[in-house]
Amino acid sequence: MSVPTLKQLPVNQHSRIIGLGAFRPDVIVTNDDVCQWIDSSDEWIRQRTGIVTRHRAAANVSVIDMAEGAAREALQQAGIEASQLGAVIVSTVTHPYATPSAAAALADRLGATPAPAFDISAACAGYCYGIAQADALVRAGTATYVLVVGAEKLSDVIDNHERTISFLLGDGAGAVVIGPSDTPGIGPSVWGSDGSKWDAIGMTRSMLDVRDLSIAARQSDESGDFALLEEVQDLWPTLRQDGQTVFRWAVWEMAKMAQQALEVAGITADDLAAFIPHQANMRIIDEMVKKLKLPESVTVARDIADAGNTSAASIPLATHRLLKENPELSGGLALQIGFGAGLVFGAQVIVLP
Amino acid sequence: MASNEEILAGLAEIVNEETGLAPESVELDKSFTEDLDIDSISMMTIVVNAEEKFGVRIPDEEVKNLKTVGDAVSFIAGAQA
Repeated sequence: MSVPTLKQLPVNQHSRIIGLGAFRPDVIVTNDDVCQWIDSSDEWIRQRTGIVTRHRAAANVSVIDMAEGAAREALQQAGIEASQLGAVIVSTVTHPYATPSAAAALADRLGATPAPAFDISAACAGYCYGIAQADALVRAGTATYVLVVGAEKLSDVIDNHERTISFLLGDGAGAVVIGPSDTPGIGPSVWGSDGSKWDAIGMTRSMLDVRDLSIAARQSDESGDFALLEEVQDLWPTLRQDGQTVFRWAVWEMAKMAQQALEVAGITADDLAAFIPHQANMRIIDEMVKKLKLPESVTVARDIADAGNTSAASIPLATHRLLKENPELSGGLALQIGFGAGLVFGAQVIVLP
Repeated sequence: MASNEEILAGLAEIVNEETGLAPESVELDKSFTEDLDIDSISMMTIVVNAEEKFGVRIPDEEVKNLKTVGDAVSFIAGAQA
């Protein structure tokens, strides 16, 4: 029996970012606000992290709301209709449902249905993972246009009174539309994971722990034994990190990955217009700049000072601000690198929209 | 392999680069946090740079045992051996 040859979709030679959008929620949390919850000072926080304020979302603003705001701006700048999207990807770790995805709801709101829609769980590397996916989908001809959104409401998963990570975090969303291009607009992705450091950043407990503890607490309440109720007061899972381990990995290992992203793109630091690392901590950014020996001519994104660490949203938010403040960078090359819980990382050189 | 004096001089250079402290103030009996006022983030930066300079591995759990400059010099000397 002869097997017919499968037809393949026509491929696109190259892809690029054709539209960019941002959503910054309007609650501003200052270091003095933070110091009501932890024993610290404005000076200490600025010195250790470079953070001055964070934007956080009001209770009635969801991850999907913020994603929608950023996505609409990106679509407008790209000059395409949502109905032309061949895929909708949302990178997030704070959409509060294991299922259904934030992306499916977002696609529907935008009018992109029936585009395939899915979420990526890659924490602070989520946006770069999304770019890697979108680039591959467009070049393979699987989709003509792909929406990638990094959206986080980290304020829902923090404990204001702990001091390893909560005070760093903010909320927001950034989005890009990736489409076909005549020239290369996205370099090869350098991405990966190191699950041996699974415990370095993560939630205080699993959903199953929450289920079991809440059942036990209800039973103890009914039996008049209130001891467990005390224990489950902080039932809600929140984020923690081992700051030293993460700092060392971020500075040391991630500078190497960023260097690799330059090499596989066939460029050097001198060719860059901008460096847009995940906005985790100003000290990490400063150290990476040193390790990469970036020349003075490279503009470094430092959105963290006002925005805090917004996980998957930090790179597109920082890119959006960079282009607003330095429109002449448009068309130049930017090195972007995301890294975070998993541990996971992703980096690529892109042409700025 | 570096002698203890060379390790101390190398460490002083790294500390100077990170904090701006004069290299001669980096002495064996000085505590990183108490005397040199080095915070945990600077300490990790110093550790990472010392690893590169001396070709040793300083595990995270070891870092908290390095209270003084002398502790760091001894650890690095031992790790090189």
